[in-house]
Amino acid sequence: MNPVVAKAAESETGSGVALDVTPTSEPVLCLCGAAARVGGRTLWSGVDLEVQAGEFVAVLGPNGVGKSTLVKVLLGIVPAAEGEIRVLGRRPGEAGSRVGYLPQRRSFDPDLRIRGVDVVRMGLDGDRWGVPLPWARNRRAQQRRVDEVIELVGASAYAHRPIGQCSGGEQQRLLIAQALVRRPEVLLLDEPLDSLDLPNQSAVAALIGRICHEENVAVVMVAHDVNPILHHLDRVVYIAEGGAVCGPPSEVVNSETLTRLYRTPVEVLSTQDGRLVVVGQPEAPAVHTNRHAG
Amino acid sequence: MPSPVFSWNLLYDFQLMWSYPFMVNAFRAGAIVAVVAGAVGWFMVLRQQTFAGHTLSVVAFPGAALATLAGFSLSLGYFGFCVAAALVLAAMRRGREPGGSEESAATGVVQAFLLACGYLFMALYKGLLEGPQALLFGSFTGITTGQVTTLALAGLAVLLVLAAVGRPLLFASVDPQVAAARGVPVRGLSIAFLVLLGVATAEAAQITGALLVFALMVLPAATAQVLTARPGLSLLLTAVLGFTVTWAGLVAGFYWNYPLGFFVTSFAFGLFLLAHGARFAARAVERHRAASGAGPSSSGPAALAGGAA
Repeated sequence: MNPVVAKAAESETGSGVALDVTPTSEPVLCLCGAAARVGGRTLWSGVDLEVQAGEFVAVLGPNGVGKSTLVKVLLGIVPAAEGEIRVLGRRPGEAGSRVGYLPQRRSFDPDLRIRGVDVVRMGLDGDRWGVPLPWARNRRAQQRRVDEVIELVGASAYAHRPIGQCSGGEQQRLLIAQALVRRPEVLLLDEPLDSLDLPNQSAVAALIGRICHEENVAVVMVAHDVNPILHHLDRVVYIAEGGAVCGPPSEVVNSETLTRLYRTPVEVLSTQDGRLVVVGQPEAPAVHTNRHAG
Repeated sequence: MPSPVFSWNLLYDFQLMWSYPFMVNAFRAGAIVAVVAGAVGWFMVLRQQTFAGHTLSVVAFPGAALATLAGFSLSLGYFGFCVAAALVLAAMRRGREPGGSEESAATGVVQAFLLACGYLFMALYKGLLEGPQALLFGSFTGITTGQVTTLALAGLAVLLVLAAVGRPLLFASVDPQVAAARGVPVRGLSIAFLVLLGVATAEAAQITGALLVFALMVLPAATAQVLTARPGLSLLLTAVLGFTVTWAGLVAGFYWNYPLGFFVTSFAFGLFLLAHGARFAARAVERHRAASGAGPSSSGPAALAGGAA
């Protein structure tokens, strides 16, 4: 039980790397001393993280600390201010279709007359120029892949309805299918459980856990509540106060580690059914108004 | 024109109409305009940019008025104004999330100002201008074969560009964030689409007038999107509907001496209402069936409960 507090100052001592993974293969994701700056403000720095294939990692922390920015750095949309970042052995943004991405919750206009299956299909070839030829050889295979991935997320019953008429949970499953359709090796999910009701939260969390472990996809998921995903997680990155801690959930989400990270007394309580409640963390003042700032 | 009598024998009617060369050209031009405006309009409706589309079509009017006033070619007035306005709209959208509705006020400002300019140009030109009616509602009589050829070439160019960028444009319209992460140039496509919209409008407005081209852009596309959620089928249906209402409007305009634009727009509007009625009826039937048939299609909570840990 010795979580590593990876802050900029401390990582210079060489202890700032999350080490509890078996170094059998090349890590899928690798951050070394990474820092992010948005609008001149340093969101976090000295983040060290290695993610192996088939690992489920959650990015936790209060609102506005830059959790979504971490995902955008991994995607190459936001450049890292410092440090070395490797995604599948390449620089961020260069791994192409090997990285699947589900942005922070977007709901479709109820009047949008496009089927779920079309949205999934866009994940497969929506970025190609020109008209899909009806006699192309891989057409069947592509169609089969779309059906297969919709089956995988359990969305077959409503994939042919206009996506605007699907419920939030149904839309989220279809979007996960869209992110998965090219068989990515890394899946970056930004608050996929946000604004889902509780049964849907646990169902979608279970689905992501299953995809991660069965399909051997590395998942990095931004979440503001650890509880729905707690049972499926391998590791946690907790960002707060400009620093980050990485490690197994039990070693990170506890009073001792979070107190050290926040530099103010924080208590982690465990309820009877195993849910974790963090008490006393200094939340950003605008908790419910501006979730997109992160 | 003497008013001929509609005979319900379509073969005979078309033979009669096509014995006049100006009607042949009107039918040709109508077909081209309907298909091109429909295809561009389908994306416009999907992207919820009807206000931008309306602005661009209205801008054709001051363009034509200025061309008449200053004495340069009408085509230049149409294309120049529509494309310039498209670029202005694109510049005003810069820095905003695509698909947002915030630009509507800025779009309205452009529209109001340019419309006022159009009236000024007309007031300054006291000569032989036919008045706003022809510029706004067009005139299908007196289209030359040369005009039809120009129209066909411009239309073909618009369709080719649309075919080339269609798939990424659809992706960027429906799901801009993921499209951007996949490397689709979302902002560039947004600008390109506005310019395409401007070109298509300028091209069609020369024949149909500024207002009818907007009707041909929005109504068939909106109707098709009510009827089906399949993108390919929807696009095809848009072209077919646009073509049908335009030709039906031309037939009606030939036999009954009322404005062509009124006929085309009314037919398209009628189909739009019918489509909504059909969808409403289909939903009612579905609901009735679900209520009586003990609902085996429970796709909601029951399917999700299994995964809860």
